[in-house]
Amino acid sequence: MNQTTLLLFAGLGAFLLLATLIGQFLAWKQGKTGVIDNLNQRIYAWWLMVIVLGVAFAAGKYAVILLFLGISFYALREFLTLLPTRRGDYWALLVAFYVALPVQYFLIAIDWYGLFSIFIPVYVFLLLPILASIGGDTHHFLERTAKVQWGLMIAVYCISSVPALLTLEISGYEGRNLLLIAWLILVVQLSDVFQYVCGKLLGKHKVAPSLSPSKTLEGLVGGVFLATLVGGALYWITPFSFSEALIIALIVNALGFAGGLVMSAIKRDRGVKDWGAMIQGHGGMLDRIDSVCFAAPVYFHIIRYFWT
Amino acid sequence: MLATLLRSLILGLAKFITGARAHGEFSFEQNSKPTLYYANHTSHGDFVLLWATLPAHIRQQTRPVAGADYWGKTPLRRFIIHQVFNGVLIARDGNTSGDSPLTPLFDALNQGDSLIFFPEGTRNLTDADLLPFKSGLFYLTQQHPSLILQPVWITNLNRAMPKGYPLPLPLLCTLNFGPRFCVAPKTNKAATIEFATTALTALQQDTPT
Repeated sequence: MNQTTLLLFAGLGAFLLLATLIGQFLAWKQGKTGVIDNLNQRIYAWWLMVIVLGVAFAAGKYAVILLFLGISFYALREFLTLLPTRRGDYWALLVAFYVALPVQYFLIAIDWYGLFSIFIPVYVFLLLPILASIGGDTHHFLERTAKVQWGLMIAVYCISSVPALLTLEISGYEGRNLLLIAWLILVVQLSDVFQYVCGKLLGKHKVAPSLSPSKTLEGLVGGVFLATLVGGALYWITPFSFSEALIIALIVNALGFAGGLVMSAIKRDRGVKDWGAMIQGHGGMLDRIDSVCFAAPVYFHIIRYFWT
Repeated sequence: MLATLLRSLILGLAKFITGARAHGEFSFEQNSKPTLYYANHTSHGDFVLLWATLPAHIRQQTRPVAGADYWGKTPLRRFIIHQVFNGVLIARDGNTSGDSPLTPLFDALNQGDSLIFFPEGTRNLTDADLLPFKSGLFYLTQQHPSLILQPVWITNLNRAMPKGYPLPLPLLCTLNFGPRFCVAPKTNKAATIEFATTALTALQQDTPT
């Protein structure tokens, strides 16, 4: 870890310490209420995320790739668990878990951009329906195949764009690519937090009542605005200038919000509130990572196009 | 020693691959009386998963009921079912001797053991949610009026471990524990079976999928 990374994590630690103290103070003063309980669970989960990410950063590139491989695995399993797949999908699911997932991350580890950028969208896309047709079950055939492909795109391809940031060669920024990941995750996750806080404090007008009743216009505008400011303020850890950082932060925050909406629509359709029950107070892995799924690939390609 | 090692390995693997989670009403406090954990049956892994989600002290006195025709076939299977799982074997067909095929189960209950039991008698490979129960469950409640029945609905294991395929898929499985109950004395066979079936299928709707 270099000086900037240490500084960033020290700042995060100090910030979380403050949040923990406030949370515990509120719990001590007001007793156990639902909102404060939820707040403290969220703070606890944030500690967990910062520590896991910090340890992986300290251990280096391959540890980060392995970490996101694990995240993809949990996300993919949550997604496919909710799908009504049938016996005939066995080989397609087997390939999704045991081939597509590890191969995608292996290609990132060996830095083969030409293949990892098309492996799932092209090769796996063609392979899955072939395997499904061998299964011999024509019932809802296209629907089933498309759903498995979609799960792989979201949970593996999109999430793998995060460690793929480590493969980018930006002149004058050598050895600091981990900070690209830190910036993205911090900005997008903070946007979620700010949206939650602004929505709770000021929320009146619902943005998408049929998708997610808790998302309000006030939360959206306030959350995206504040997180974009933080993204701009942290421009010194990125290769961007202040104004570039603002624009990119706005793009990833808007995509993150849209990602949350899309994933809510799927949950609604399947009749569940959360994707899983992995982290207390946060639902499953996909509930936590849905905004990153949508923001990461675009963020990756913006940097790749303009900075390399 | 080998059995203990194998047991930890199988339980750990089953929990990791399926992410098995128990939901619903499963207080394991009042545990002096034998309990019949009964569940839907779609995979060979059913009893392993149910067994794995029980707390260790309950698991020690809970024995899975398994088909003698499958588990008694080879020395390896016999070792696994007896030494690793402490199972009770039941003859499912061709009962030529005069004894009731349920005798080993009665013996286990008389010893104070609890049982894991699949009242459908065989794995359900159809599209139906549940096959009609065999009468075994009724005779167990007849013989043991104080027997506590604990319905458990197992979701997704048939997708995670489909029959006839080599590798399990790491899909999430949930076990939904319903309210436990006793069958009132003198309840007839049809009523007992119907009540137990309803108690089990009711859990299906509650299972978060």
